[in-house]
Amino acid sequence: MDFTTGVDLLKICESQGISIAEAMKRREVTVMSGNRDEMVQQMELNLKVMEESILRGMETERSESGLSGGDAEKLLRYSKGDTIAGGAFCEAVAASMAVVEWNAAMGRIVAAPTAGASGILPGVLISVGKQKNISEEKLVDALFTAAGVGMLIALNATVAGADGGCQAETGTGASMAAAALVELMGGTPKMALDAAAMALKNVMGLVCDPVHGLVECPCVKRNAIGAANAMLCADMALSGITSVIPFDEVVTTMASVGRALPSELRETALGGLAVTPTALGNAD
Amino acid sequence: MKQYGAFDIIGPRMVGPSSSHTAGAARLAFVAHRIAGYDVRKVRFTLFGSFAKTGKGHGTDRALIGGMLGYAPDDIRIRDAYQHAKEAGMEVEFVYSNTAMPHPNTVRMVATNGRGEVTEVMGESIGGGSIRITEINGLEVELSGDYPTLIVEHIDYPGVISTVTSVLARRFINIAFMRVFRHAKNATAYMIIETDLPVEEEVTDEILLSSTEVTKVFRV
Repeated sequence: MDFTTGVDLLKICESQGISIAEAMKRREVTVMSGNRDEMVQQMELNLKVMEESILRGMETERSESGLSGGDAEKLLRYSKGDTIAGGAFCEAVAASMAVVEWNAAMGRIVAAPTAGASGILPGVLISVGKQKNISEEKLVDALFTAAGVGMLIALNATVAGADGGCQAETGTGASMAAAALVELMGGTPKMALDAAAMALKNVMGLVCDPVHGLVECPCVKRNAIGAANAMLCADMALSGITSVIPFDEVVTTMASVGRALPSELRETALGGLAVTPTALGNAD
Repeated sequence: MKQYGAFDIIGPRMVGPSSSHTAGAARLAFVAHRIAGYDVRKVRFTLFGSFAKTGKGHGTDRALIGGMLGYAPDDIRIRDAYQHAKEAGMEVEFVYSNTAMPHPNTVRMVATNGRGEVTEVMGESIGGGSIRITEINGLEVELSGDYPTLIVEHIDYPGVISTVTSVLARRFINIAFMRVFRHAKNATAYMIIETDLPVEEEVTDEILLSSTEVTKVFRV
């Protein structure tokens, strides 16, 4: 069993009455000749490393470059008080930032889909899981949902910042996380793909412009907005809101927008925030 | 079209910050440390292109040292690799080169093991933590490390290849890909054999003893 588009995936899910997570597991067995038990164990291990990376990230001080570190902990502390967006929301965003801060400090993370976008999925999934007391088994399933969406984007567009800009990295991370949250909360595969489509649409055209070429600024905060984007799109889809442009069309459009971006704005650190006076260190 | 699995998307597990500049670098040195015979006492890394330019900020140096100590790309000891190298008595030297290379993330590793043997390995970090070893001891090769890999150093002589592959056949080990590279006729050559199943040490011993033309066998 295989699927290469969102339309195919939904057909499989609807005709067989299965989730995206289950469809992805079955595909992994057929296409990648995986063993089902081993594959679930591998994903459990990924979840463990993700949990650890959030905890360690909350203790991370400044990175070697001094560009990142300590902000996740600030937001986590603030989330316990009187916030605007809500404590649970801020806590999940803080967790996403923690992973990327830990990554910048040479910590161990799980790329999702890349190291630069590694915070969004674990941050929202593990925080929401904790807040709603969701079992580890369901969280592992949600990681397969995320993998299914990410696989479709990698196949039909790109997940590399050098090819498609930040939309391809944190946009994909948010898209994967949005779908994962929807299935985690009991939404349908169709709702999950609507959430994924909306999250990717929301950052269409986002450039990759890392200061000093490092995975720190603006990456940590782009993971924060990615987490917010994922949670909001999941809530919108669960409320019944659909994406006007279907998932597959959003994905191929992201690829063509990525190709239209000048190379200066695709991870080369030759444009955008990377060439601001502050980034270049010649500010007065 | 390239095929993607679940773990190409959620993964790899790695020490950050960069899959190409950190995880890929660790993997390159990890493979080189095996080719060099594991107990590396002295190593010189020459960094080219983007490795030379932005490597420091991405911890490429620590990742390379960690790999040379036998640490996998997700081994957290990479963070303190300089300290671990010191404790292990491994001498480390870095050279930053301006020479243009075909691939921007290229490294040359010259490693001396406990028996004083010197091995030179060239490799590229090709993205997402994937690598390509392009040269061993001046001989152009190609190996990805995606599969369990056997590297057989031998003298180019008729019958050696069939002797080695028949050992694998008897052990029921299926060969996924195999290539042979040589300096010249009757000179040193390498078989790069990528297998579906990992190869046990006793099999490599058997290959070593199977023919007088086989001089070294490494597992990667």
